[in-house]
Amino acid sequence: MRESSLIAPCCERCTHRPASPCRDLIRCLAEGPTCHSDDACAKMRQERMANARRGGQGTLIFVGAGTCGRANGCTNVIARIGAFLQEHKIAAHIIEVGCVGYCQRELFIDVQKPGEPRLAYADINLGNIDQLLEAVFVRSEMRNSFLYGRHGEAGPEWADIPEINTTDFFKQQVKVVLRNAGIIDPGILDAALAAGAFRSAAKALCTMTPEEVCNVVLAAGLRGRGGAGFPTGQKWNIARQTPRAQKYLICNADEGDPGAFMDRAVLESDPFFVIEGMLIAAYAIGASKGYIYCRAEYPLAVARLTEAIEQCRRVGLLGNNILGSLFSFDITIKQGAGAFVCGEETAILASIEGGRGMPRPRPPYPAIAGLHGKPTVLNNVETLANIPVIIDRGAEYFQNLGIGKAAGTKVFALSGTIRNTGLVEVPVGIKLRVIIDEIGGGALPGHQIKAVQMGGPSGGCIPREHLDTPTDYGALIELGAMMGSGGMVVMDERTCMVDIARFFMEFIRNESCGKCTPCREGTTRMLEILTSITERPVGDENKRLERFRGVLHMQELANTVKEASLCGLGQTAANPVLSTLRYFRHEYEAHVIDQRCPSNQCQGLAVYEVDNATCVGCLLCKKACPSGAIIGERKQAHYILVDRCVGCGTCVTSCPKHSIHLVAEERACV
Amino acid sequence: MCHVDQIIAGHEELGKEHLIPILQEIQAKEGYVSRAAMNKVAVAVGVPQSRVYGVATFYNQFRFAPKGEHVIEVCRGTACHVKQSLKLAQHLTRKLNLKPNGNSPDNKFTVITVACLGACSIAPVMKMDGEFYGHLDVDKLDRLLDDTMKGASDAGK
Repeated sequence: MRESSLIAPCCERCTHRPASPCRDLIRCLAEGPTCHSDDACAKMRQERMANARRGGQGTLIFVGAGTCGRANGCTNVIARIGAFLQEHKIAAHIIEVGCVGYCQRELFIDVQKPGEPRLAYADINLGNIDQLLEAVFVRSEMRNSFLYGRHGEAGPEWADIPEINTTDFFKQQVKVVLRNAGIIDPGILDAALAAGAFRSAAKALCTMTPEEVCNVVLAAGLRGRGGAGFPTGQKWNIARQTPRAQKYLICNADEGDPGAFMDRAVLESDPFFVIEGMLIAAYAIGASKGYIYCRAEYPLAVARLTEAIEQCRRVGLLGNNILGSLFSFDITIKQGAGAFVCGEETAILASIEGGRGMPRPRPPYPAIAGLHGKPTVLNNVETLANIPVIIDRGAEYFQNLGIGKAAGTKVFALSGTIRNTGLVEVPVGIKLRVIIDEIGGGALPGHQIKAVQMGGPSGGCIPREHLDTPTDYGALIELGAMMGSGGMVVMDERTCMVDIARFFMEFIRNESCGKCTPCREGTTRMLEILTSITERPVGDENKRLERFRGVLHMQELANTVKEASLCGLGQTAANPVLSTLRYFRHEYEAHVIDQRCPSNQCQGLAVYEVDNATCVGCLLCKKACPSGAIIGERKQAHYILVDRCVGCGTCVTSCPKHSIHLVAEERACV
Repeated sequence: MCHVDQIIAGHEELGKEHLIPILQEIQAKEGYVSRAAMNKVAVAVGVPQSRVYGVATFYNQFRFAPKGEHVIEVCRGTACHVKQSLKLAQHLTRKLNLKPNGNSPDNKFTVITVACLGACSIAPVMKMDGEFYGHLDVDKLDRLLDDTMKGASDAGK
């Protein structure tokens, strides 16, 4: 356990103890001492704060060690840096930070020498780390080929190096939730305190009433960032006004949407601000007990949170009588067990209570009767991470961050076939095109973007023509997509939209909890229909007919599932189908009528051909074919009957002469 | 079976609310949740065995067969799907000759497909023995598997 040196008393006159906390503690750390005047104490406080803000003394090496950093080999790189420093007898501290958001260029390694700005180096791996270290520490060449930019202001001699926030990937971004991600050490409270953590909590707990806190959040126009977009302040007010002795606050960190990973990044890179957000939210609604429901797939996030909560408890920022405000609050981490439906608020409640994570009808809403029947507020990680900023800077500041009527910022997770993948935080209401083309850098070389999938399995695919739409809750719903949690998967002409619809339907079918019939049965039927059109009807004559019949009924079925399902999962289950039907009808027609896949993705529609010139007639493919689609005699060229072929590709792997190949469609990008 | 008893004894309170955490601890210790373990948990928590079974089978995390030596989790999220993760999964099934429960015949490997590992920016991704591997293709996967079979696990990064 790492101890906080910031909170340690300056001299024996300091009255703060975790058991009897000082109301002025947070202000004292930055401006103190506040209870007595002593130049030596003031100097000590300032020095400690400056040290915490920098991250330590001497030469510092910051390594991006979030999950994506780890996947890019940061563990080995850190070991290598340690060995290098020892070999060359260089004194430097290695600090593991979270993710700066530009995952495409990971690993990011920042070096800060005394008296110099913090410089960021990108694209580092085990293969080139020695080159970087030799350049920086042996030859003192700070400007080398790995240099990406510098953090913060610096003197004129550094003016030739771009400030990191002015580079192409970052200049359109407005960092609020991710302001500390990849910058500060997420493993120690001091780093967060130096970045301003718990200042807002102190302000809320010691100077504001719960009603005032709710009203500021309401006035700021913050809407839930988890998907539904319900106004946060309104939810808090409902819970606050429900008079019960026991209330609960739950932080929803069950980020199950495939394609979304911003909550993971926030929890890994800046856990203390989420805890602060929870503290303020709990105070506003009067909850004394909080839960963080975190996905089991995020072990690093769970580890960082556990550590952060423990550190807060030790210094009295969680527990009884926090900061002398008489308000008490503590947090327990609950690990999810891998069920997508547990992102739904009533399903989380069922899961925390120890049952199957099945949603229940609302009303009563959890804010009135939630966990164990008590008023419970559920907020998403990103929502809670916004709260300290709103309290600190005021409702108007937050409101003005957005474009037009929208308020605040939203983090999007960019992935798929795009140049720059990573996390981007932009003002709500910014045009999709800015995110995709300017920040994301557009399509991969030689390809063309076909669509952007937004909102995961509950969202839809937005075609290229509509990229000028603002990222606004209402505008996206009109297009048949939704903001969702902010996953943005970019697809180019190599992706088949029918296959994507089938992929999501399979996902939803697997994740449907099975409680209500429209969702349980409807998703299964829709998956059958989608599967049948991505396969060639072989054998049974009825299959041919069924494919057409299925498509005729699909729209109706989709609307029924949408209207009759119990929870959000079922109500939005049909969105991927409806949105692809709306914008990519021609692809469906190609599959259904012409039995071909324009993107060559649907294996079941693949057409194979035998090259007569090289086929030696060995019969191996004929024997391997599961559907008897290959004809031909020994030592004579074989032939594939397309009508019988199921497109499995077994013949391709069985042919010793590599004579069988796929007949590729000309890819039509529409 | 002493692990299960230890885990149950380690919980001061034993209510319905502790059912999932106890099952998770058992799985973390033993790699899977056996029928005998579920029965013990049912008695300890004070709920019917059917309920424990119902809860355990509801969540994707729980396994009911022992795991192999190396556990591979293949991500099948959207970004990974767009970047051809299906091919990786199919390749693994063929190469390791996986049984329907995801184990290879020699019990050296267990392959699990997961909905999303949350590392979409480096798709396609998989996790082996707790380590993430990104930007994969069939060749990289082959090298990784060969190295793992040989005992070295740090290659392929």
